[in-house]
Amino acid sequence: MNNALIIGQYVPGDSLVHRLDPRTKITIIFFFVFIVFLANNIASYTLLTVFALASMLTSRVPIRFIIKGLTPVWFLIVFTFILHLFVTKEGTVIAEFWIFEFYSGGLIQGIAISVRFFLLILVTSLLTLTTTPIEITDAIEDMLHPLNRFKFPVHELALMMSISLRFIPTLLQETDKISRAQASRGVDFKTGPVKDRIQAIVPLLVPLFVSAFKRAEELAMAMEARGYQGGEGRTKLRELKIERNDIFIFILFAFVIAGLFMTRTYG
Amino acid sequence: MRKKLVEFRNVSFRYGDEGPWVLKNCSFEIYENEWVAIIGHNGSGKSTIAKLLNGLLFPQEGEIIIDGKQVNEESIWNIRKEVGMVFQNPDNQFVGATVQDDVAFGMENRGVPREEMNKRISETLKAVRMQDYRLTEPHRLSGGQKQRVAIASVLAISPKVLILDEATAMLDPSGRKEIMETVGSIQDQRGLSLITITHDLQEVVQADRVIVMNNGELWKESTPREIFTQKEALRKIGLDVPFVAILTEELKHAGVHLGAAPLNHEELLEDLWTLHSRT
Amino acid sequence: MDITFENVTYIYQQNTPFAHKAIQDLSFHIESGSIVAIIGHTGSGKSTLIQHLNGLSVPTEGEVRIGEYRLSQEHKPKDMKELRSRVGVVFQYPEHQLFEETVAKDIAFGPQNFGVPEAVIKERIKDVIPAVGLSESVLERSPFDLSGGQMRRVAIAGVLAVKPDVLVLDEPTAGLDPRGQKEIMDMFYRLHNEQDLTTVLVTHSMEDALKYADRILILNKGTKFMEGTPEEVFSQKEALQSVQLDVPEMVQFLNRFEEKFGQQIPFRNQSVEEIAQMIQQIIKELNQDE
Repeated sequence: MNNALIIGQYVPGDSLVHRLDPRTKITIIFFFVFIVFLANNIASYTLLTVFALASMLTSRVPIRFIIKGLTPVWFLIVFTFILHLFVTKEGTVIAEFWIFEFYSGGLIQGIAISVRFFLLILVTSLLTLTTTPIEITDAIEDMLHPLNRFKFPVHELALMMSISLRFIPTLLQETDKISRAQASRGVDFKTGPVKDRIQAIVPLLVPLFVSAFKRAEELAMAMEARGYQGGEGRTKLRELKIERNDIFIFILFAFVIAGLFMTRTYG
Repeated sequence: MRKKLVEFRNVSFRYGDEGPWVLKNCSFEIYENEWVAIIGHNGSGKSTIAKLLNGLLFPQEGEIIIDGKQVNEESIWNIRKEVGMVFQNPDNQFVGATVQDDVAFGMENRGVPREEMNKRISETLKAVRMQDYRLTEPHRLSGGQKQRVAIASVLAISPKVLILDEATAMLDPSGRKEIMETVGSIQDQRGLSLITITHDLQEVVQADRVIVMNNGELWKESTPREIFTQKEALRKIGLDVPFVAILTEELKHAGVHLGAAPLNHEELLEDLWTLHSRT
Repeated sequence: MDITFENVTYIYQQNTPFAHKAIQDLSFHIESGSIVAIIGHTGSGKSTLIQHLNGLSVPTEGEVRIGEYRLSQEHKPKDMKELRSRVGVVFQYPEHQLFEETVAKDIAFGPQNFGVPEAVIKERIKDVIPAVGLSESVLERSPFDLSGGQMRRVAIAGVLAVKPDVLVLDEPTAGLDPRGQKEIMDMFYRLHNEQDLTTVLVTHSMEDALKYADRILILNKGTKFMEGTPEEVFSQKEALQSVQLDVPEMVQFLNRFEEKFGQQIPFRNQSVEEIAQMIQQIIKELNQDE
């Protein structure tokens, strides 16, 4: 059994950020994503950066997890920075190199865009780092609730998400087991021409599908036996609750927005 | 008189209209506070009985009565409150993201208020000795622990009948022991009818009564003591007898005749002791 | 093939925060042609041990020798295929590995991977089908249409068709009914003798270990806890109980008999019949004494 397995990126903790209602976190991030695009000078960028970094520090998530979350997009950030530096021809020339001329406008835009990127990714990964997948599911179910009126199967969607989360570790273990069994029968997953390696997937995928079907069938029967009849008339053990902390954060965030509108440049 | 909780009246079942009969004209009764073991080779129809008991399947012929109510499309919602079931595969019946979510699942389905759920989760997890794992995720539990959670989930609904459908078959010996100890103490405390469908002879010996299935027919219904005297007949239908029964028979061949058929080591030794001190 | 473990340690996910030792300083020897039962709780290192037998895992420290093959950090064979063709592994619930359209194709899958010519494979399928107790009528059927017990036999046939020298069985009877269990174990016992195999049987069943094994190896927390013949191992009831393992029921009974009657019936892996006769003798003598 692989006890080290972590689903998603959740880092357990008991910080203020961890304890916030997942709906609070999702709402704030949603608005943050918009207002990042409103920042347009040093003061407004500083304000948002301070907010993001303060959240990060409050969450007490070890910095290495955050850096790990950023690695896949590092390249993108650097790339956009360089692109702006080379392409934008505004402001004064600040440096020359071979056939290139670098403008101050390019440098500033490059920095601005990179910071924007960085903030977006930092804040969204903070959500997944401090919120369990099941909490996110609960929040989504709750926030999509109004769609019920349009016959949108909100409950079923949430159930589907939570069951798939529940079975990810099980299916990973299963994949491991089957690939060991097939490797023992002479399948080579690691070397050989690409064509062979693609073919080697079949003996892995077919048993996985067969087992997934069987599990689905048995799970459906077990759920039925325990009185499952769909979402109607159900109560819920998991309860989302807006508490004082959430209200505090909303107010704080409102101040940040107000501050942003005060500091940004108009015209 | 003891209350009759389960009754099968001439029940026959098959999958589809063309398939072979999986269950043929079965009739039996199970009473409150009773432990009945159902045994039989794979494909003998024992698991079908379990599924018929709480309306996961419906018979083509005959009727099934649970606590005075006939099992049909209309009554299953209530029947499933009376009949709780634990299945074979520990993974494929664990619905919740954590232990407490799984125990809550059945109660959520029935609209139990949140306060009450929390209370019953504590109670039932304690009953199966899993109270320390309330927030644990399923992939961090052993098979035996998952099955105990499954039992707690069923108990949370307070059923009158608890069915274990080969619930120990995929567990290692220590997991099996855990489950059987748990189930034994629960039955004592709650006085529910217990139906265990099993191959494990130790489970059979503990039961009050045994129903033996063979090729979809009810082959025999009796006490474990009586059943296990029929070694050859049981072997013929693919079943085994416990060591004590085998030894008793071999002793008979060797000229040592014991009185009533002993069921466990203590009884056998006691019988031998009496024999020795009498002569 | 002889199998030797020399001071084998295996660490999962080494150099990560999740590293843990599954096997620690494990040494033992399995003689060619013998049946060895490996017993231990879930998590005792049994599965990891099995993975070393066909190179799915290579020791972190120490060395595993299987016939002429050597597995260690210094000797990592590039291609494990040859070793895997000589060590057949029947995993727990082997029917989960079936995937082909027909039984015949699934049985042929292993031998094909190991480069056995088609004509030879055909011959082997013919041999192996009756050996696992199936009839040739299943060959063109889909393995997924068969019963659970039949599927398991097909999976076993797929391993046997490779003609391994060593057969590793990981709880081969799990989930079967008593008759199925006995049939499968008797089948392996017969194959072991007929084909001169070396058999490693991982089991929870003390009764099976007693009945079939020449030697028993008991693992506890990744180390060797005990090793010996069934008689040697099962006479140490206290030691076994200290790691929550039972002795076979017959041994339990003999112990209690001794407590009650003060007369010892030494355990020598006798049949129940022999035990009954000895009890009869003892009772007779006791009665004469009085």
